[in-house]
Amino acid sequence: MSRSSVAGMIELEGLTKRYGEKVAVNNLSFTVRPGIVTGFLGPNGAGKSTTMRMILGLDHPTAGDVRIDGKHYHQLKDPLTYIGALLEAKAWHGGRSAYNHLLCLAQSNGIPRRRVGEVLETVGLTAVAKKKTKGFSMGMGQRLGIAAALLGDPRILMFDEPVNGLDPEGIHWIRTLMKSLAAQGRTVFVSSHLMSEMALTAEHLVVIGQGRLLADTSMADFIARNSRSYVRVRSPHRERLLDVLHQAGVVAVESGEGVLEVDGGKAEHVGELAAQHGLTLHELSPQQASLEEAFMRLTAESVEYHAHSGTSAAPPPPQQQQWGDGWKRG
Amino acid sequence: MSSPQSQMPQAAPTWQAAPGTSFPSGYTSPIPVVRTHLGNAIASEWTKIKSVRSTMWTLGVFVLLVIGIGTLTGVVVAESDPALDGESPLGLGFFGLLLGSMCIITLGVLTTASEYGTGMIRTTMVACPSRGRVLAAKGVVFFLVAFVVTLVSACLVAFLHVAMLEGDGAKSPTGGEWLKGTVGIAAYVALLGLLSLAVGSIIRHSAGAITIMIGAVLAPLVIALFMFSESLQGVRDALFEYSIPNQLSVFYSNSLSQSGPSGWDPLWIMLGATAVAFAAAFALLEKRDV
Ligand SMILES: Nc1ncnc2c1ncn2[C@@H]1O[C@H](COP(=O)(O)OP(=O)(O)OP(=O)(O)O)[C@@H](O)[C@H]1O
Ligand SMILES: [Mg+2]
Repeated sequence: MSRSSVAGMIELEGLTKRYGEKVAVNNLSFTVRPGIVTGFLGPNGAGKSTTMRMILGLDHPTAGDVRIDGKHYHQLKDPLTYIGALLEAKAWHGGRSAYNHLLCLAQSNGIPRRRVGEVLETVGLTAVAKKKTKGFSMGMGQRLGIAAALLGDPRILMFDEPVNGLDPEGIHWIRTLMKSLAAQGRTVFVSSHLMSEMALTAEHLVVIGQGRLLADTSMADFIARNSRSYVRVRSPHRERLLDVLHQAGVVAVESGEGVLEVDGGKAEHVGELAAQHGLTLHELSPQQASLEEAFMRLTAESVEYHAHSGTSAAPPPPQQQQWGDGWKRG
Repeated sequence: MSSPQSQMPQAAPTWQAAPGTSFPSGYTSPIPVVRTHLGNAIASEWTKIKSVRSTMWTLGVFVLLVIGIGTLTGVVVAESDPALDGESPLGLGFFGLLLGSMCIITLGVLTTASEYGTGMIRTTMVACPSRGRVLAAKGVVFFLVAFVVTLVSACLVAFLHVAMLEGDGAKSPTGGEWLKGTVGIAAYVALLGLLSLAVGSIIRHSAGAITIMIGAVLAPLVIALFMFSESLQGVRDALFEYSIPNQLSVFYSNSLSQSGPSGWDPLWIMLGATAVAFAAAFALLEKRDV
């Protein structure tokens, strides 16, 4: 799609950030559009927060460009009424009350004072508005950050891991909030490392790993490609079974340890074929690959901080190549 | 005033716009758009400085030191005989203000550096991406607060001393002496705080910047004390004369030395130093990541 400057677009072009030798963000290009929730996914250290800091003009890009409706962040003179952001780390003075924290933000952008009370109400912090923020729990802190993002009633909202530290009720609340914000026509850009979380909220998906773009796809597309169902079959007569399936026009692939995976096949059909030819089966089970697995496959190669335990979380690499390639842009 | 928000993007698509592309236009907020200026940033910094306890602490201790030490000195001098041999009693405020300036230094540093410690700086810069404006607003608010508080304390102490020592052989201060001992000293101390504020912005670490500033106040005197050698006489005198405590004493015309800065010189020296520090702080603020 052609890049057109309409209200609420975030456009990244070849965005790159280097910290010394370390390339945190590597040549990222994508567009975040209004009216939907765009999920920004990547494992720890992928560069999500760095990208968001560059969008907000906090970090200078080493190369490339990021614009909001065609403008650099520092060109926005009243940025809070344009874009609201929840940053990754706690970003306020613990000795100041929630009310005063929001008040000083409102004043710097000429936002009417009454908005402070309104957003405190929205996030449910009215009762503790005059309390010092250093006593806040993690979830309350997260809500204060969200209140700050909503303060200017902006058309673009950016949340860096908003569900961090929220209880199930809080998670449900933020999910509903993000969807309703997008439904009002706003741009909602939200980072996460949880695919399952994104599957519930995001309509569009941008996946990065080690600073590079791995996927830029609609959620529906991602699900269609990845919620692959297959039948897992084990048999002592593996070779003969393969022949039988092949003759019947059923595609099966070997996936090590004598296991066959029959893509999109019905367990009944495989069982009947085996019975007709008198082949013993040790296992015949329908399987559904989870989105989380698909995400891990996609990013396996670029995961930076592996847990070095015996059981590797990431499935074997051969498949990830073909899986990832399909969504890579350009 | 209440121009609808939707006017903003239309005024701006100089970058590239595909005319006629009708795309789901984004959300339009009912909140009126105002073009912000330095005044907004100043209002914000004013709220910030008065809503943290460290401001009350540092300024409270400052007033306590200036008034407390001033009263004590006044009492001690009034008891001694002869009290002040034809000298101006204003000079007695020196010790309180010298110690009190540590509080002003601390508050100045905290105004900028503490935001880096707490992470508040990221929120501040997101709300006001014009970094120079943020630093300027902090400077204005801090300077006014520091100046007013120092001026009031210095005046109180000066009146106190004059009243205590009136009949005790002290000379009554001239108008020029009054001006230097109140407005002059207040401007100097507030500028010293402003210098600390710039250093805090450069160092980005409260304890580090406070240590540097207190070092800058005390080190020249201490170093001068240890320069025994004759050959270093010149350096020693300069360190002594231009040390901040000696510059402070110039405002009471009881300079610890005969040569060196006199009259209003210290104020111009401090103004120059602060200007240089601010230029450096502005340049670094633009260049560095937050
Ligand atoms: N200021 C910095 N100086 C040096 N390296 C940095 C800095 N900020 C980030 N990095 C590095 O850049 C990489 C990307 O970090 P970033 O915080 O953007 O990742 P992330 O995707 O947000 O991770 P997480 O999911 O853990 O929040 C990391 O390897 C990190 O160590
Ligand atoms: Mg992060």
